[in-house]
Amino acid sequence: MRKLFQIQFILLIAFLSVLNSSGQKIEYIKVPDLEKILKNTDNRLFVLNLWATWCAPCVKELPYFEKVAKEYDPGKVKFILVSLDFPSQIKNQLIPFLKKNKISIDVAIMTDLDYNSWIEKVDPDWQGNIPATLIFNNSRKQHVFYPGELDEKELRNMINKYLL
Amino acid sequence: MKKLLFSMAFALMISFISRAAGPYSAGDIASDFSLKNVKGEMISLSQFANAKGFIVVFSCNTCPVAKKYEQRIMDLDKKFSGKGYPVIAINSNDKVVSPGDSYDEMQKLAKSKGYSFQYLYDESQEIAKRYGATNTPHVYLLSKVEGNLKVEYVGAIDNNADDPANADKKYVEDAVNALLKNQQIAVQSTKAIGCTIKWKRA
Repeated sequence: MRKLFQIQFILLIAFLSVLNSSGQKIEYIKVPDLEKILKNTDNRLFVLNLWATWCAPCVKELPYFEKVAKEYDPGKVKFILVSLDFPSQIKNQLIPFLKKNKISIDVAIMTDLDYNSWIEKVDPDWQGNIPATLIFNNSRKQHVFYPGELDEKELRNMINKYLL
Repeated sequence: MKKLLFSMAFALMISFISRAAGPYSAGDIASDFSLKNVKGEMISLSQFANAKGFIVVFSCNTCPVAKKYEQRIMDLDKKFSGKGYPVIAINSNDKVVSPGDSYDEMQKLAKSKGYSFQYLYDESQEIAKRYGATNTPHVYLLSKVEGNLKVEYVGAIDNNADDPANADKKYVEDAVNALLKNQQIAVQSTKAIGCTIKWKRA
């Protein structure tokens, strides 16, 4: 049964990458992929938003991320939306949501449900509540974790502060 | 004599501090509370004279993760209330921010699902703050030790919110079973993804 799901996942990704001409990446990730992102040493500010379509305040703030992302050079500020939607809701909930809301930021779908094994890798103080936003640039030793909702102004201010 | 009195006073002070201050971790002493249940009765843990402890779950009506765990919460009560560890569910969500979590809605849900456990309304959100609950569901397993409520485990119910059949680490069940056998609890604290508790807006 599990193998069938894996095949479905692979087909879904192939389907998405064919459909998607804007260069947006929507991909499934597991813990090692997440760790790779978190350990990135580029001199670039990473903005990771942890969210899910089932989380109302997450959905409310997503358009702010989409709007603010367009204001920055992706070579300087890299946005990634880390989705915690459940496997059964990717096709019928997450993908339609992204299309309907014209979300062009890259999406990393975190499939590892053993949350306790990776929550603290994002930030040791994170209790697992979403939405949550992690802003970091390892090459400049910048790491700030913000659990809770951010509005457009707060998000922009935080990014500008760490770009200085 | 003076030294003894001093250390006693100090110990007493410490016990008050650890009782009063959250967030609670395993080993802390938790405080009791008096909250209204869906039948309009005021409930305190001290009323359960025969209980050995409590599976306190901060939950709510609306959070999809809590909904996924609802059956498992009901199952925990069926499994352990007869053995001295009843489930005590607490809704701390603000009804203005989250109308689906109002007292009326709590009553409707408890009735329609036939909840066998207490579902309490933490209207002031004081208990969630005191315990340090941040998302739903969030479990605090308590045991009665020398007249106190000792925190034995804090965190998630198991390691698969989406699919109970694939949860291979059943944290709360394992912890209660350990208590029942007078054994050490292997995993005393975990974290899990969930909806933030809907705090009141200023």
